[in-house]
Amino acid sequence: MSDDIYREIILDHYRNPRNKGKLENANVTVHDSNPLCGDEIDIHLKVNDGVISDVKFEGKGCAISQASASMLTELVMGKDLNVVKDLKKEEILENIGLTNLGPARIKCALLALKVLKVGMIKYYSENDPSSAEQVKNESSLY
Amino acid sequence: MQRSIVNSYELRNDFPIFKKKINGKDLVYLDNASTTQKPYSVINSITDFYSNYNSNIHRAVYQLAEEATELYEQSRKKIANFINVRPEEIIFTRNTTESINLIAHSWARSNLKKDDVIAITEIEHHSNIVPWQILCQEIGTRLDYVGIDESGFLDVEYLIELISSRKIKLVSISHMSNVLGTIVPIERIIKTAHQYDIPVIVDGAQSVPHMSVDAKNLDCDFLVFSAHKMLGPTGVGVLYAKKEFLEKMKPFISGGDMIKEVFKFHTNYNEVPYKFEAGTPNIADVVGFGAAVDYLEKIGMENIRKHEIYLTEYALESMQSLKYITIYGPMDSKFRGGVISFNIADIHPHDLATIMNDHGIAIRSGHHCAQVLMQRLDVPATSRASFYIYNTKEEIDKFVNAIKEAGRIFKI
Repeated sequence: MSDDIYREIILDHYRNPRNKGKLENANVTVHDSNPLCGDEIDIHLKVNDGVISDVKFEGKGCAISQASASMLTELVMGKDLNVVKDLKKEEILENIGLTNLGPARIKCALLALKVLKVGMIKYYSENDPSSAEQVKNESSLY
Repeated sequence: MQRSIVNSYELRNDFPIFKKKINGKDLVYLDNASTTQKPYSVINSITDFYSNYNSNIHRAVYQLAEEATELYEQSRKKIANFINVRPEEIIFTRNTTESINLIAHSWARSNLKKDDVIAITEIEHHSNIVPWQILCQEIGTRLDYVGIDESGFLDVEYLIELISSRKIKLVSISHMSNVLGTIVPIERIIKTAHQYDIPVIVDGAQSVPHMSVDAKNLDCDFLVFSAHKMLGPTGVGVLYAKKEFLEKMKPFISGGDMIKEVFKFHTNYNEVPYKFEAGTPNIADVVGFGAAVDYLEKIGMENIRKHEIYLTEYALESMQSLKYITIYGPMDSKFRGGVISFNIADIHPHDLATIMNDHGIAIRSGHHCAQVLMQRLDVPATSRASFYIYNTKEEIDKFVNAIKEAGRIFKI
């Protein structure tokens, strides 16, 4: 139960978030919040030649939402957009080791991914409309 | 510490939900400011209505319909009696929110004008903020907020000053904060407002279920509350308004049952309270609400208040000894209902609520539909425990132990 959720690694990412802060000259900045919890995440992306060359996040909220955002930035840093655009929610939950969350808390865990996907839609809609459509169609996270 | 004369251990047998296990543990339900559990007498009265009396009210002449009408109107009388007003001054709505919307639409819209100021407070629930914001956008009225001090007490002097300088035209104010538990001295506010002919709306959603509220004696012009926060069913709210207000107010929802005569191009409305109850109402649940009021009166509202003071004092005392805890609101139970909001170290309220759930404990976490207050307290969210007649001292011990357990998990 809670001991399985709030493991060392979650608490570590919650208290010492990686890649947290603003990103100067980001190509894309997206904000979203979870109205239920009030969790908030901003994601800044710097894209070079189809690769996420830098990513940072800002936010406040519960340990799950903030640790999940921190771990997501590590996961996508330096990755090809084509790889990132196919990221599935199951992979994210597995990556942070939270596969048993109930319907309310799963939204906390997936908020960062939702924001990232919205950021990618925003990026693609200027550069690659068909990929934007693809991400849009596959992004029904909840 | 004050003793309680309510036997909550025995009372719990009246509530079937307490047979339920959560994660193998007894349910400890501490989210009563949000909604309350229902006793058999309420559940049975609804079943009994559908089994033995079901028909539509106020129209048909056959026996069944007369019985259903009688039950529905009996509930109105019970609720009127409960807050010491006349039955025709009780309007059944869906909830407190709808009751406030009704006042904003049917009274404020035609009685206020551009630049008139409505006074509300920083402790209000969104239901006593948003309808006024919409009115302001539509007819150009303005809002002024009465603030709170560091202990969660309302700046009553500021409100009195607003009233006596004739700067405002309406006061709409919560009787008890759903976050801080603060009990607002509405007697003084109403008395002063009336010296200047300013009407007062009292949001009794948190007070009416937990203490004796005598609307006639208070002399408030409007009082709103919800059945589901006082052992009754969801989907039933109350608007009490003085008859002289109701008679001058325009209808809110219009259509069936609120009419006297309908012609091709105009309609004569029914008398109050029916003018404000268009369409088939929530008959069975109104009947269930009557059963809830019967149950509360059997225990006695003074006893309920005493029981909650007893629990609140015990909880505050136990919680204050915890490390890294911040408790919001007045610390004296004389000025506080059975609602305790708090934060502990850097544990987000949602994480705390998840850990509590492991122990079968239901507490609320979040902004409690009071984001203006959260902004004032400068926190994104709080955890909140709120009590009722069936809560026990042992449950508070479990709750405090679960906070300690959260501290262990979060390594604080």
